[in-house]
Amino acid sequence: MLQKNDVAPDFTLYATPDQKIKLSEFKGHNVILAFYPADWSPVCSDQMALYNEMLKYFKKYDAEIMGISVDSKWCHLAFAQSRKLHFPLLADFEAKGEVAKKYGVYDDDEGECKRALFVIDKEGVIQWSYLSPTAVNPGADGIIEALENLK
Amino acid sequence: MSLKPKVSDRDHIQGNNSADLTIVEYGDYQCPHCGAAHPILKEMMAELGAQIRFVFRNFPLSEMHEYARPAALAAEAAALQGKFWEMHDAIYDNQQNLSTRFFVDLAEQLNLDVEQFKNDMQKESLEEKVEGDFESGMMSGVNGTPTFFVNGQKFDGGAEDLVQMLHEN
Repeated sequence: MLQKNDVAPDFTLYATPDQKIKLSEFKGHNVILAFYPADWSPVCSDQMALYNEMLKYFKKYDAEIMGISVDSKWCHLAFAQSRKLHFPLLADFEAKGEVAKKYGVYDDDEGECKRALFVIDKEGVIQWSYLSPTAVNPGADGIIEALENLK
Repeated sequence: MSLKPKVSDRDHIQGNNSADLTIVEYGDYQCPHCGAAHPILKEMMAELGAQIRFVFRNFPLSEMHEYARPAALAAEAAALQGKFWEMHDAIYDNQQNLSTRFFVDLAEQLNLDVEQFKNDMQKESLEEKVEGDFESGMMSGVNGTPTFFVNGQKFDGGAEDLVQMLHEN
């Protein structure tokens, strides 16, 4: 798993069925990457739904959050609409898990991303990373603390 | 993960304010899991209230639950008239009926000054209180609702687990 001071590997992934996002286009902004196993986990404890409530706090730190799983762009679209998510979910779908593997957070047994967080600074360098037990939603306190330390 | 900031007189407190045991709940008034936890917590306080300082902090998941934030404001507005817990209980007891009109009905039923209540619901200071609670939950590692803290440490479990833990100790 990549750690503090590693350069964040660039990638281009679908964010919607007809739009791709390239990480390096976000240089000049902080980025939060939230790898997670799968869409459609139970609602009130859903990690992406939780972050959706906190977007204005992330904005305060000039940070863009992106969720990443191996689900397809169509699955992400349905999930994002269902949960009214206002941030991108990226599809690490083809080649499956390629980006998760680059960041060292792919679970080969399950064929899913592990539950992992990265805070990347404005120069594209990882400043904080955290691997959560798969079953545990890590919340946002670690992210906020990491963003606070960037200031 | 630990609770930030600590419990203070800004918080809504019931039970025994000088008890050695402090339980903090971060809750959302429209969350079904919080609704299910409510009678369990009521029973816990009825039985063990003399030994517990119980605190409720708002953690409305507003994008998910349309009435979570208005409900939080309604409880805070009732608090200004000294009836926080009465409104808190009334909302959870009627969780399936939530609507903007319904909060006013509850205010009437609780014999609040309804005009005052309506005005207070619009107050910026109440928004700030609710937002402050949410922010403290975010900083304390709240990852869903309800989340409990026991003596400042995050408790890994729901209301039933909490009661079981209290009975074992």
